[in-house]
Amino acid sequence: MTELTLVALISILTAGLTVAIGSFGAALGEGRAAAAAMAAIAQQPDAAPTLSRTLFVSLAMVESSGIYCFVVALILIFANPFWDAVRSAAGG
Amino acid sequence: MELTPDTHIVLTLGDIQLNATIINTWIVMAVLVGVSWLVTRRLRPDVPPGRWRSALEVMVELIQGQIHAVTRTAVRQVMIFSGTLFLFIAAANLMAVIPGFRSPMGSLSTTVALTLAVLLAVPAFGIMHGGVRHYLARLAQPSIIVLPFNLIGELSKGVSLSIRLYGNVMSGAVIAAILLGIAPFFFPVVMDLFSLLVGVIQAYIFAILAAVYISSVMADASPEASPQDTP
Repeated sequence: MTELTLVALISILTAGLTVAIGSFGAALGEGRAAAAAMAAIAQQPDAAPTLSRTLFVSLAMVESSGIYCFVVALILIFANPFWDAVRSAAGG
Repeated sequence: MELTPDTHIVLTLGDIQLNATIINTWIVMAVLVGVSWLVTRRLRPDVPPGRWRSALEVMVELIQGQIHAVTRTAVRQVMIFSGTLFLFIAAANLMAVIPGFRSPMGSLSTTVALTLAVLLAVPAFGIMHGGVRHYLARLAQPSIIVLPFNLIGELSKGVSLSIRLYGNVMSGAVIAAILLGIAPFFFPVVMDLFSLLVGVIQAYIFAILAAVYISSVMADASPEASPQDTP
């Protein structure tokens, strides 16, 4: 196995694991937040505008950790810095 | 595949290379300034408001209401600052429906520039509110030991603001490009629709968070406003 193959293999595996584990936590947290907001809206329909505004802001903050993982995975696949280094070292 | 519009060189003027991020930012700025100037060109009290002027007024009222609802202590300058951020980001993300136009928010340099503006505005508004001593005393609030942690907290606010906006907009564009290769007829349209919604929500969140950060340094009573009423 050449070094180039090794870098590609580890990058792809890590990208998949990053998205899988990262989206797991973010999805769980977003689901809990949305469920709590639904329950609150069902109890107090009058407060729905305030609740949904707070829900949007908190969902975006929860989601940002998942987005960080996605950005890291995309960088690993499409803009991997080690790929170019290894390829230029191999003389390709 | 291009992750960001940074690598796409549109124009070369001598030694200066203008990439798509800069050109698209200029286009968004020109559209915003041009529309605002055209609509408010003949602003007189005796002229009844037209269609465009009413639309602008609805937007300004909406921004005003949202920021007053989120931050109790909001002053007019905070409303102007974070409303401008919202209008710029939302316009840039909505103009992504135009074919060939890539939102400049999909580049990390644009979002970091906007975040630097927010990070500079926070101490500026804090100093304007209560003076330099008051602001610096806030940073060492419970005790002097937590001063480095407060500084790290300020920095991480900036990192999370910029990467959140960049990641959301860039991932929308990348997902659309990937789907274009897999199922090129129907699904990219649905994802584009979704990324328009995400773009507006992210603009809203960026502006609201900027207002929240600014108003958090203006929350307590300034030393001038409440002189020695505590024993």
